[in-house]
Amino acid sequence: MMAGIAALFCQEIRVINLGLEVFAQELQRLGVPVIHVAWSPPAGGDPRKAALLAALADEEEE
Amino acid sequence: MSIKTANQAALDRLVQAQPVLVDCLTAEQAMGFTGRTMLHAGPPLSWERACPTMQAALLCATRYEGWATDDTTALDLIRSGEVRLGTCHHLGAVGPMTGIITPSMPVFVVENRAAGNRAHVTINEGLGKVLRFGANDESVVERLRWLHREAGPVLGAAIRASGSIDLRVLMAQALRMGDEMHQRNVAASCLLARTLMVHLARLPADSQAVARVADFMAANDQFFLNIAMAAGKASTEPCVGIPDSTMVVTMARNGTDFGIRVAGLGDRWFTAPVEVPQGFYFPGFGPEDANPDIGDSAIVETMGLGGFAMAASPAVARFVGAGGMQEAIRATEEMAEICLGEHPHFRIPILDERGTPVGIDVRKVVETGITPLINTGIAGKKPGVGQIGGGVARAPIACFEQALEALAARRGPTHG
Amino acid sequence: MSGETIRTLVKKSAYQDSVVLLALARELRTGRGVLEAAALMGTPANKELLAQSGLLTREAETAGANDLAIVIRADSMAAAELAVSQAEAFFTSKQQRLCRAGHSLPRTLDGARRHFPGANLVVVSVPGPFAASEARKALSAGLHVMLFSDNVVVEDEVSLKRLATKRGLLLMGPDCGTAILNGVPLGFANAVPRGRVGLVAASGTGLQQVACLLAARGEGISQAIGVGARDMTEKVGGLMTLQALDALGADPATELIIVIGKPPSPSVRKQVQVRLRAISKPGVLALLGREVREEQEGELRTVATMEDAAEAALAALHGVPWAPRPFGAPREEIHRRVLAIQQTLAPQQRGVRGLYAGGTLAHEATLVLESLLGAVATNLIPGSTGHHRVLDLGADEFTVGRPHPMLDSTLRVEAIRLAAREPQVAVLLLDVVLGYGAAPDPAGDIAPALEAARADARAEGRDLAIVASVIGTPGDPQGIESQTARLEAAGAWLLPSNAQAVRAAACIAGGDPIMRLLFEPMEATER
Repeated sequence: MMAGIAALFCQEIRVINLGLEVFAQELQRLGVPVIHVAWSPPAGGDPRKAALLAALADEEEE
Repeated sequence: MSIKTANQAALDRLVQAQPVLVDCLTAEQAMGFTGRTMLHAGPPLSWERACPTMQAALLCATRYEGWATDDTTALDLIRSGEVRLGTCHHLGAVGPMTGIITPSMPVFVVENRAAGNRAHVTINEGLGKVLRFGANDESVVERLRWLHREAGPVLGAAIRASGSIDLRVLMAQALRMGDEMHQRNVAASCLLARTLMVHLARLPADSQAVARVADFMAANDQFFLNIAMAAGKASTEPCVGIPDSTMVVTMARNGTDFGIRVAGLGDRWFTAPVEVPQGFYFPGFGPEDANPDIGDSAIVETMGLGGFAMAASPAVARFVGAGGMQEAIRATEEMAEICLGEHPHFRIPILDERGTPVGIDVRKVVETGITPLINTGIAGKKPGVGQIGGGVARAPIACFEQALEALAARRGPTHG
Repeated sequence: MSGETIRTLVKKSAYQDSVVLLALARELRTGRGVLEAAALMGTPANKELLAQSGLLTREAETAGANDLAIVIRADSMAAAELAVSQAEAFFTSKQQRLCRAGHSLPRTLDGARRHFPGANLVVVSVPGPFAASEARKALSAGLHVMLFSDNVVVEDEVSLKRLATKRGLLLMGPDCGTAILNGVPLGFANAVPRGRVGLVAASGTGLQQVACLLAARGEGISQAIGVGARDMTEKVGGLMTLQALDALGADPATELIIVIGKPPSPSVRKQVQVRLRAISKPGVLALLGREVREEQEGELRTVATMEDAAEAALAALHGVPWAPRPFGAPREEIHRRVLAIQQTLAPQQRGVRGLYAGGTLAHEATLVLESLLGAVATNLIPGSTGHHRVLDLGADEFTVGRPHPMLDSTLRVEAIRLAAREPQVAVLLLDVVLGYGAAPDPAGDIAPALEAARADARAEGRDLAIVASVIGTPGDPQGIESQTARLEAAGAWLLPSNAQAVRAAACIAGGDPIMRLLFEPMEATER
């Protein structure tokens, strides 16, 4: 199986944009497939709840 | 077990449930439920904290069972504990609005063929002055007695004659016909009526009795709601007690508290004050007349229907003030953000056959701040007024925040 | 009766990114009668900023960290109301532009993946404290990541890069603002042709400079991989650099690899060299630092400037010998221009002021100036002193609560004005960076300030030299010709690269000795 990065070099770049909208807008203008995420801080920015969420996050896939 | 694995198991168990309607019997017969106990909707509730609508229904039910002949005596019995209050959910049952179940009331029996468990729900009384809206007079008691004496046995016989009725298939079909199984059940009610009709017609019972039951069913667009709720209860119950799962298995309201239960946290309830639903009102009514959110019917959303399938139901989208089709699609997509997956059996044609979002994840609710959207009828807060409108209510985020704390505490302090 | 009015609009649970909010504030300020406007999330730090501007109204005080507070001070009620409705309209139209018809924007990465299962790259530019966990989610889901966010702690960087390496994925960053993958410009990047040169860059503007210079000579980029500024330090161990080298080594389209950044830790340098030798494609190391000397070892060339990196690469690709040169134009031409400028300056004008938007370009300027003129004071090196000054205006201390100078010239304009006031300053030295993501008219944004600076200087009996380089290509959206023309009309002497611009500035400030220093070694070999 091709290593991940080498595989990427053969694919169309398709982007999920998390954060500054300007990046999604630029890509849209260039015709690059992109979806912008209306992101907001987890748990409304509450650090205690964010810590709980981190403790309960799914473990990495093996 | 990893949380991911636990959630996958919980979701699978939920969506692969096979609820089938198998019988209609008295609560006593079906649930082993005896003595002077009245079950109510929502999380555990004491008389003192119950809203007027709930209290009125409890008084009426006490008289219906013949434990008291007037409200004053009924009140004494409840206050003294001679007549006990119990939670529908704890005995494998659900109830719409006030959701009162007493031993002699007939209940539908729904069996989950995949897991073997059973769930129970009363027969929907119809519209207007009914027990579930806290109406408390002789007409209500009369109707309840008729349900016990005639409708229950007739329906039970017809259902038994059918063998069993596959509810998952029926609801999947109804979904494609514009029902979402909470605010709108007319297609499902018709499909059920069609199935039962052939068996009702062949019953050896008194043809007048059958005719009265047929009339009763035909007059009620929401007849199927109760059965949908029992299907939801039967589907979610086996998921209770899957360790480490963050999936919501119960959402329920008693007019005072909103309660949730989570698969990985067993029987524990996490409660917060209910809100008042927002929506449209029938002529002559307004928001000031609305009862706080009440009923076990949020189990419909918990199984991926109702508010979670709003995109399948344009009629409801407008009625609940959701602003039309675009808004309904957006609402469904919003619910997908907080769910573990898509339902393999309940699909929405207008969304390219995507499955409805199902398996609410406590973590995602807290992470995004998106709370589950419940399509609901709006009850009048004056007991017995009945339904005054339809709208949406949200589950309070506090319930999920509390559950999150409990989940994290279970994992232990070494994590994170 | 009109009178000064303050109006506040608080939008609850309405998170918006910082760039959008700064753009909104700027738009609101242009409204007629608007005296001041602010649009900020209700964090304690932002409320402090509001208080400082006298805009912390009681309503703004109620805004929480997840609420948006818009405060407008205008000279009349009507003007304030108009600005408020402008603010409301801003959000409706923005939402519509980014939505696909009938669908709302997803709110989470998971939600986005549901809508867009074919996605293969996540660009993360959320605030630093959250960036690491979002990047981790993306990597766990098998997606490559471009991590634009800074303020990510090095422990997280290492753990993320280990995960990325294990999964065979890219983690470009943190603080990575530029990349070009499969010809797609990501972040701040220029329109360059697809070609045979692979770039591995711990630097954004460094990548841009090298890519543009190659493009000017008709050479294109196969892949330009950003690795984050800290990648080649000891702690991170060059994790992503080595991944990138392997990938470019195996990429049939890449014939030559250029590594751009600062000097790595010794162990990382060794690993990089070993890896490049194993790859056996020609390589150029442009790891700019004080001790760097130009040298060749087998197929690996070390250079001291980014222009040299491009030139050395071109020579290697064409199989011709190469040696560094101070300027592209002939000595006589440079000399003529320097003399003409010097004649306009007063004797006390001996200082260079570098005002940079690009960090690596500022770093390169510091190194070249140091080698020619001696001590340079720069915010890049705390505690440094000297007669000459180089400011990286994109550094953290300048970008709190304001947009990066690549996006907004306000700070640079102010810096130009201040530098021009110093009577001993001979030359302003600038970078003008074009490309996707950059401001629409960088030249137009600073040209008036440059003209005003020169006018001020002349009013006091002296002049001011302006030397700059434009980092861009003809394909860039700003229009390189009009940008160039505007700068020249403002009196700027434009050189083809930053390195040449710095040398030109040094010649103006230092006079003949510097010219000799630059050209003598060459003439010695020519003799």
